[in-house]
Amino acid sequence: MRKTILSAAFGVAAVGLAVSGASAATLDDVKAKGFVQCGVSQGLPGFSNPDEAGNWTGLDVDLCRGVAAAVFGDATAVKYTPLSAKERFTALQSGEVDILSRNTTWTATRDTTLGLNFAGVNYYDGQGFMVRSDLNVKSALELSGASVCTNTGTTTELNVADYFRANKLEYEIVAFEKADEVVAAYDAGRCDVYTTDQSGLYAQRLKLTNPGEHVVLPEIISKEPLGPVVRQGDDQWFNLVKWTHFAMVNAEELGITSANADEMKGGDNPAVKRVLGTEGAYGEALGVSNDWAYNIIKQVGNYAETFDRNVGPDTPLQISRGVNALWSQGGLQYAPPIR
Amino acid sequence: MAKSKDDVSFVRSQLVEALPPPITEVGVLGWMRKNLFSSITNTIMTLIGLFILYLVVPGTLNWTIFEAVWSGTSREACTTIPQGGALPDDWNAACWPYVGAYLKLFVYGRYPDAELWRVNLSLFMFFAGLIPMAMPSVPYKRENIIFMLGIFPVVAFILMSGGNLNLNGFLIPETIFAPSEFKFWIDFLVLTAIIVGFVGWYMKATATDPKSAMKVTALAMAVLGLVLFSMAFDFGLESIETPLWGGFVMTLVIAVTGIVASLPLGILLALGRRSDMPAVSLFSVIFIEFWRGVPLITVLFMSSVMLPLFLPDGVSFDKLLRALIGVALFSSAYMAEVVRGGMQAIPKGQYEGAMAVGLNYWQSMRMIILPQALKIVIPGIVNTFIGLFKDTTLVSIIGLLDFLGMINLSHSDSNWATPVQALTSYVFCAFVFWVFCFGMARYSLFMERRLDTGHR
Amino acid sequence: MAIAESHVEREKPKVRLLNDPKFRAMIFQALLVAMIIWVVWGMVSNAANNLQKAGIASGFGFLSESAGFGLNFSPFVEFEEVSNYFTVYKVGLQNTLILAVLGVFFATILGFVVGVARLSTNWVIAKMAYIYVEVLRNIPLLLQIFIWYKGVLATLPAKRDSLDWGVFGQINAAGLFAPKPIFAAGAMSIVWALLAAIVITFFVNRWSTKRQMETGQRFPVFLTGLGLILGFPLLAYLIAGQPISLEYPVQGNFGPAGGMQIIPEFIALLLALSTYTAAFIAEIVRAGILAVDRGQTEASYALGLRPGQTLRLNVIPQAMRVIIPPLTSQYLNLTKNSSLAVAIAYPDLTAVFAGTALNQTGQAVEILLMTMLTYLVISLLTSMFMNWYNAKMSLVER
Repeated sequence: MRKTILSAAFGVAAVGLAVSGASAATLDDVKAKGFVQCGVSQGLPGFSNPDEAGNWTGLDVDLCRGVAAAVFGDATAVKYTPLSAKERFTALQSGEVDILSRNTTWTATRDTTLGLNFAGVNYYDGQGFMVRSDLNVKSALELSGASVCTNTGTTTELNVADYFRANKLEYEIVAFEKADEVVAAYDAGRCDVYTTDQSGLYAQRLKLTNPGEHVVLPEIISKEPLGPVVRQGDDQWFNLVKWTHFAMVNAEELGITSANADEMKGGDNPAVKRVLGTEGAYGEALGVSNDWAYNIIKQVGNYAETFDRNVGPDTPLQISRGVNALWSQGGLQYAPPIR
Repeated sequence: MAKSKDDVSFVRSQLVEALPPPITEVGVLGWMRKNLFSSITNTIMTLIGLFILYLVVPGTLNWTIFEAVWSGTSREACTTIPQGGALPDDWNAACWPYVGAYLKLFVYGRYPDAELWRVNLSLFMFFAGLIPMAMPSVPYKRENIIFMLGIFPVVAFILMSGGNLNLNGFLIPETIFAPSEFKFWIDFLVLTAIIVGFVGWYMKATATDPKSAMKVTALAMAVLGLVLFSMAFDFGLESIETPLWGGFVMTLVIAVTGIVASLPLGILLALGRRSDMPAVSLFSVIFIEFWRGVPLITVLFMSSVMLPLFLPDGVSFDKLLRALIGVALFSSAYMAEVVRGGMQAIPKGQYEGAMAVGLNYWQSMRMIILPQALKIVIPGIVNTFIGLFKDTTLVSIIGLLDFLGMINLSHSDSNWATPVQALTSYVFCAFVFWVFCFGMARYSLFMERRLDTGHR
Repeated sequence: MAIAESHVEREKPKVRLLNDPKFRAMIFQALLVAMIIWVVWGMVSNAANNLQKAGIASGFGFLSESAGFGLNFSPFVEFEEVSNYFTVYKVGLQNTLILAVLGVFFATILGFVVGVARLSTNWVIAKMAYIYVEVLRNIPLLLQIFIWYKGVLATLPAKRDSLDWGVFGQINAAGLFAPKPIFAAGAMSIVWALLAAIVITFFVNRWSTKRQMETGQRFPVFLTGLGLILGFPLLAYLIAGQPISLEYPVQGNFGPAGGMQIIPEFIALLLALSTYTAAFIAEIVRAGILAVDRGQTEASYALGLRPGQTLRLNVIPQAMRVIIPPLTSQYLNLTKNSSLAVAIAYPDLTAVFAGTALNQTGQAVEILLMTMLTYLVISLLTSMFMNWYNAKMSLVER
């Protein structure tokens, strides 16, 4: 339980005094400090949401836990930093967090001019609209003259402008800094329409006073591939985060779950053995132990497990797999093989 | 004008007994006549005033007290029939059980329950030190100030965060000596030796006796070392990270740290602004006017998204610490102007007197000018603190969960979501802030009267 | 001379360089400058290093890029989604200035009224003013903005059940849908008539002052001016064939549409900023009036002036000299506090430029520097103007 962060305060001239040895390798830093610092949202049910006691759960959180399991064999070695849309990229760039796992859309600008690398897509999303059901709106094309609430600084803000312009619809945009404020404003009747990623619509609908009075419109107006982000220029760490996600998808494809991982470890399917580390040295190549994927699956679960646990049909969000099903089942989740 | 013979002349031999004043001039009636109905305009004004009171007061009292809900466990207690509750359709009043349910979060944030005693102890020490310091009649002011500015911050820091800092050296290059806590202390000793040596050399070069100055410097470094040692010592307290801090306690932490850090900075800047040295005064003026010219929220944005880019690779500051740096720099500019006002109010004779006695610049400032100047600006310092205290609410915009941030967060709890939720929590928050700010403002006024010794 | 020179020579070896205050001051300043340069250089090189290493774009090239997002409030500056980021900056600045100017206007009026009321001999009025001041100024402004926005305006009925305020339009949770004035050809003549009336009033005032000085006769300047300023435009309006018409909002798909929508964020901010600042202005006005010697009031009464005239002609002009300097800093505070718009999505400079534009481009350093410098320039300009005005007022002193 040591802190390097606050001790910097006692370097009187903060600029001159370095606190910790600066090194380019995030993995070494993470190993040295003993936990993964994970940048998450300020509260989005199903993706990254704290409970009363400050414990975080969600699909994005599980990815961070997976990385911790791969590095330390302990999925609890994660610390969370809630970040607003404004802070998220600076926090990652400046090294305040090691991974940004915060329903962030992969775009060309972010990948290039912001100095970021997207380590895969853990949720394929698209932007949708939510309206009150008593407005009797059946399609987004009937929204001319509506006022639209959204988050500032997001791709949704840009997409909605494109969509309304392209379809020559009048609209009024009301853009808030925090997701909670958007929901509150929509709930209070400030706007007629609430737009964000469709998963977000389902998640935020839970926070409305009467969730049953609101419907999500069928149109999806954009592609929103959401995934974990790391800094550019550190390929080792990039690979580790990327393969953490792939390991979870591969595990689902091969039928390995947290419940049967031990059992399957003893089996003789070579693909399963490569994943679980009983054959080959894929972990060492990543800079971690060979049972890295076993630890992820055992402690966090495969992709299907985390999906069902956090956002699936049995959760309040009730999102079906849809495009997030495995490629073999008509979806888009596809992981390169571990070999 | 001749008098008729029927005139009866009468000369009184004693004064007339004074009649009691007419009933319309004394008592309640007289007071009302004088203060409320002295003229037609006045009467109209009174009636308008009473009408406004009639509009505001009963509604406010009904909303906050008489029609408010005082008990319940969820939103059903505070909703009308169409909203899913049991209250009449036109009901609109405060929902206090919601504040009750969230009270712990509003005060302490997410600080772990088992460790709350640490916060409570810190708060107790704070008020136990503050109250006697604020009362002019209580003796031992010097010890009290040392406690509040020296001991309390260290103890409170260790209590709240758990202490046990990771010190790993700063001076000798890492290639020679691997960083560890041991290296830190070696570095610290080396630094102490360098500083003490420099002071000795300087004193000798200026033909002053070096011994006492060197002793003072060594003592100061020893105290600093002790502070660092106690902060790095493992007291066995569980470490509580700042993201778990929050609520009103965080508001207090930010305001108190801001004012404590801005006092010395502000004094230095005020001295700098009045300095004869052009480079020093120019720098102070630019620094002060820059921070006074920009809004606090842009300063907080700067500290949250720009500051990390300015730090060397691998160094990162805690989010709370970054906000504290921003707040301290911002308020030090205002503090500097307050202190400067006090220094300008000191008569020129005091400066000349100090010089005539043969004191040098720092001596005259330390022994003559600043004690007087700081004393007369106590009301100004308190007012700056009130401003800072109110401004701490801005940190909720950059995502810190202070009192207001916690309240906004609680609005997303669907268990208590009602149309009156927002206003209820804001009224509660406003009341708490009002009690503190009004109390401090009255104190400031009291000190102002007390210090107004009629020298002007 | 010779003696003096030898005296100096004898002294010289005794004074060591470090004991020479001039030399010490120079060394000290050189050290300070070196330290500042070191710190600034350290920060700049760190930033350059970090940006370059992370591959983050920098420079002001983004200003000419298209923004791509919409904004809901821009009365004067033309803005579309395809406009560039510099236009975003202009819109933000415009919205900040609109808010600041209107806020200053209302805060001054309310502040003077409350400040004078604080000193009223009427007990009820004085106490009410006192309570107003003590309540408003001891509650954080951000909280007051939230109270107006989320506590009051958000509880208004939904758009489809708008409250009808007749000639003022309709009000609901999405703001006030006021009638929008439509200016037809010839509407400019009204503006010219208004200008002409103001100019004439100005000359009438000068003439009347001159005549009063010479003959002592008074002329009802105020009523004449009021008549001119109201009458001329009205006359022009009628002569030009009623060129201004009002477009009332109509019922659209989602409640009232058309007309002039005043967004609730703006209303909440304007209310909070002006009532909050008015509390401080009231205290300044009160202190200013109290600073005027009581003998002045008594002398006015002795001359036969009525209380209203005494206040207007004698007390306030003298109090202004005490009032103006702190009033300036309140105006500056209000302007700076308008940046709290970012908390409730009113597109001012901080919200739209240091908020949305920053989030979209990620160029924190450039954008925050531009924003802070803009506020600094506004502050300095306001200070300069008020200093000039103060100097002008002080000259009246004899």
